[in-house]
Amino acid sequence: MAVSSEVGTPPARASFWNDPRIRAIIFQILILGGIILFGIYIVNNTLVNMESRGISSGFDFMGRTAGFDIGMTLIPYDEASSYGRAFFVSLLNTLLVSAIGIFFATILGFIVGIARLSNNWLVSKLAEVYIEIIRNIPLLLQIFFWYFAVLRALPSPRQSFELADTFFLNLRGLFVPKPIFEAGFSAILISFLIGLVAVVFIARWAKRRREATGQQFHTVYVSIGILVGLPFLAGLVTGFPLSWDYPALKGFNFQGGMTLIPELVALTIALSVYTASFIAEVVRSGIQAVSHGQTEAAGSLGLRPGPTLRLVIIPQALRVIIPPLTNQYLNLTKNSSLAAAIAYPDLVLVFAGTALMQTGQAVEIIAITMAVYLTISLVISAIMNWYNKKMALVER
Amino acid sequence: MQYKMLVAAAALAVGFALPASSATIDDVKAKGHVQCGVSQGLPGFSNPDQAGNWTGIDVDVCRAVAAAVFGDANKVKFTPLSAKERFTALQSGEVDVLSRNTTWTLTRDTALGLDFVGVNFYDGQGFMIRKDMGIDSATKLDGASVCVNIGTTTELNMADYFRANNMKYEPVVFEKADEVVAAYDAGRCDVYTTDRSGLAAQRVKLKDPSAHFVLPETISKEPLGPVVRHGDNQWGDVVRWSLITMIEAEEMGLNSGNVDDMRKTATNPAVKRVLGTEGDMGKVLGLGNDWSYNIIKQVGNYGEVYAKHVGPNTPIGLARGPNELWTNGGLMYPMPVR
Amino acid sequence: MTDATPTFERSPDLPPPASTVGVVGWLRQNLFSTWYNTLLTILALWIVWEAVPPVISWAFLTADWAGTSRDDCTSGGACWVFIKEWFGQFIYGRYPIEERWRINFGSIILIVCAATLFFPRFPYKLWVSLFLIFVYPIVAFFLFSGDAFGLEWVETPLWGGLFLTLVIAIVGCVFALPIGIVLALGRRSDMPAVRAVCVAFIELWRGVPLITVLFMASVMFPLFVPEGLTFDKLLRALIGIMLFQAAYLAEVIRGGLQAIPRGQYEGAQALGLSYWKMMILIILPQALKLVIPGIVNSFIALLKDTTLVLIIGLFDFLGMIQAAGTNPDWLGFAVEGYVFAAFVFWVLCFGISRYSLHLERKLHTGH
Repeated sequence: MAVSSEVGTPPARASFWNDPRIRAIIFQILILGGIILFGIYIVNNTLVNMESRGISSGFDFMGRTAGFDIGMTLIPYDEASSYGRAFFVSLLNTLLVSAIGIFFATILGFIVGIARLSNNWLVSKLAEVYIEIIRNIPLLLQIFFWYFAVLRALPSPRQSFELADTFFLNLRGLFVPKPIFEAGFSAILISFLIGLVAVVFIARWAKRRREATGQQFHTVYVSIGILVGLPFLAGLVTGFPLSWDYPALKGFNFQGGMTLIPELVALTIALSVYTASFIAEVVRSGIQAVSHGQTEAAGSLGLRPGPTLRLVIIPQALRVIIPPLTNQYLNLTKNSSLAAAIAYPDLVLVFAGTALMQTGQAVEIIAITMAVYLTISLVISAIMNWYNKKMALVER
Repeated sequence: MQYKMLVAAAALAVGFALPASSATIDDVKAKGHVQCGVSQGLPGFSNPDQAGNWTGIDVDVCRAVAAAVFGDANKVKFTPLSAKERFTALQSGEVDVLSRNTTWTLTRDTALGLDFVGVNFYDGQGFMIRKDMGIDSATKLDGASVCVNIGTTTELNMADYFRANNMKYEPVVFEKADEVVAAYDAGRCDVYTTDRSGLAAQRVKLKDPSAHFVLPETISKEPLGPVVRHGDNQWGDVVRWSLITMIEAEEMGLNSGNVDDMRKTATNPAVKRVLGTEGDMGKVLGLGNDWSYNIIKQVGNYGEVYAKHVGPNTPIGLARGPNELWTNGGLMYPMPVR
Repeated sequence: MTDATPTFERSPDLPPPASTVGVVGWLRQNLFSTWYNTLLTILALWIVWEAVPPVISWAFLTADWAGTSRDDCTSGGACWVFIKEWFGQFIYGRYPIEERWRINFGSIILIVCAATLFFPRFPYKLWVSLFLIFVYPIVAFFLFSGDAFGLEWVETPLWGGLFLTLVIAIVGCVFALPIGIVLALGRRSDMPAVRAVCVAFIELWRGVPLITVLFMASVMFPLFVPEGLTFDKLLRALIGIMLFQAAYLAEVIRGGLQAIPRGQYEGAQALGLSYWKMMILIILPQALKLVIPGIVNSFIALLKDTTLVLIIGLFDFLGMIQAAGTNPDWLGFAVEGYVFAAFVFWVLCFGISRYSLHLERKLHTGH
């Protein structure tokens, strides 16, 4: 064999078919082409089918009058509103229950996760029993359980549990007074915002001073003082332009005030309790991932158990905890779609339910619904990724 | 048998079975059965027993179609559908006919790509309430919580009614009829609203049925009937005339008991046409001439079916009312079979 | 003569203080070490006292066990007669009673075959595994649906109960595995188009709730295919669940792939193995072993999620129980039904999760 390759000349090209780069390109073109063809095929089928069956298509329906009412609305809505507005009402309900659920699930999950590591045998066993029971039972079952347990435990409106004639709890929900903001209330709001900004600055200043001089500053107490004091002062000046709309028993039910419907309560409990059992495990493994030497080092520096946990263990554990925690938040949000089983007016029940039924446009509505959940998922992951980056270990 | 085995093998290998054709009637004949969408359990209309056999007047419409097409009322399979799924399932071809106490409305008949072929039950929406609430009229329901099934005309009628009477209400909307009943029974709502027949049927599922009653007002017209896909007129005709034949048979006094005798002895040409012994009524529908005889023989006439499933001697206990024949002052008016 | 020198005699050890050993010591150490620990203990005891006795009393002491109808439930506790009477329906759904032996038979084959895999010394493991993966699904298909070998045709709408739940979970997971592996490999591929497609697929399916996937599969699917082409409703739900599960498995498997040290890839390449040979012979066996616990966990999640099929009208275990609870003859026993469902799911999921822990320890061959 003659020496055909000299230094500087490219190696003899393999045959066209054996060049891995060309093969990769061809392979990718084939895959993309296949997927595009498949997509065209599906879309074409759908269009043909809808045409031949006389199903109307397009998104015009979003502007049409919905004609049905929704049990719980965060923004004004009535029967004369459009489907588009019904969509936003139900979307807000989904976001509301997810947000509340995430809040309580996090608190409960952290408590149980830390209790699981308690050196109190009974407490740690109780936490373990809680985790092992709750996370091995389907969520749908738990939602049914809580809904009917809540309904069974509550009295009818006429025999409501009441607290000081302002809070009422019965089968129709929890009724609380609704604040009515009168003219001049903005002063209180503005003073609160000013306080908030001040607190942020104070906290930054305190941190810088601590790093420079080691002196501690009671940021927490000062912040609370500012956040409560400033609005209170503003209130004194303006004479508290705020009144309350109290719920009152009228006819069948309480009128006025704000209502937390039992479906929301049951769904929140079920979602938080269920997700908390997973968060607890996340928290436990996160804390256990922090090596014991850290605790010992903190101890030998003279830190008490409280500050050790707060200043040494948790900041390090959070790094391990956050990625799986994000997953749990995502799961909770997606699981909130089970609301449909117990009449909580969320996106799936109202939009992918009633609206789908009344318009018959399944393709458009299910596509929008899926897109909404997908967007929520992507936004939550994006936020958590950003936070994760911020919290990540800065190695020197 | 051999064919079904092949289909099973194909289903295993590729994952689907494909009898392809555009006309529903050819599809149905190829499949060997009528696929019928029914409710998930509404006593008297379509309800499975413990062994999974479906009964009810909606079920019998489908059995009549099967009898007309195959000469065997049992060649029908039922797909339980929620109110939410039902139209999509019909549109998409999942079922051939939807017989699920569905109200005939303009939008459903047009924009949803459906065709209603008749009415097998004239109904109206009512309200059920606890006796101890002391309410005697629907006009006093201001501020009430109302339990209702999702995706029904009921949901819209209720909104209209409360709005027209300037009353407020809180809708509590459930996916499944059973959940509505359970929540109403648990006291979540003051009122349960659906078609009056539905109220009568669901009342047997309450813990203490006698503690509840139905308010006198009927707030809507609910003509319930079988539905087919829009655009397949031949199949629509088959379903329509299967239903009409049941009513016509009652008017002519034909029933499952006397139909064999009548077939031999009848002299009235109108009756003979219905029995398929004169004229070619089946041919023009694309069926055998004994199609109507099979319906009456195997399923019965409308009156029989009504009495068997929802009539006064059943737990549902509904009087004929508007569902009486037109000759008796009701609304059931069969088109002439001619 | 007496020896005057006093001998030094070691006095016996004193017993440890009574407060540090035995029951008392254990209690002190574990329950009452500090004042807040004591407080926590008391709180915990109170919770136990409030929660446990009423449940035991309801479920056992005052429960009714014997009888055949609701009239036999008189004692005020749980009415297990309801479960007993409907037990067959809960397990087999509406599968014809005289054909139920087929399900039993199929399950026994599966259990026996699977059990042999648990014996470390069983010699024919490879053959049993191959049988389970390639032959058993076909056998089970014909056994359960029939219309072959003289068996009667049992359509899928009659399938139900725990049987259906397990069919969905097992089929969903087993068939999702190969798709998941391909997706995971695709996500780590060097080819940008392949990677983009896989990422999009995975994120799409992981981002939407299963309930919308099921709804799409159950009612919208026929709109996507040419007219006249029909799939069985159960099969459509299975396809939806399978794709959904594949996206989750892909992420689990990706974790395993990432955990394989770079040297393994380089070693395989140095030996001149092609991409597929490298993956199949070197990387995947190690990666899959690493992620077995993760796969088992997503199987548990799927098992719990199968309850959602009741929303699209399949009568799975929970669906059967709900249907039974609304039977006019058996009204008012929904709680017993739900408790029974919760118990069965709990036993299954808890058992599997314990087994996965055991596997994790057994397979841990790290250094």
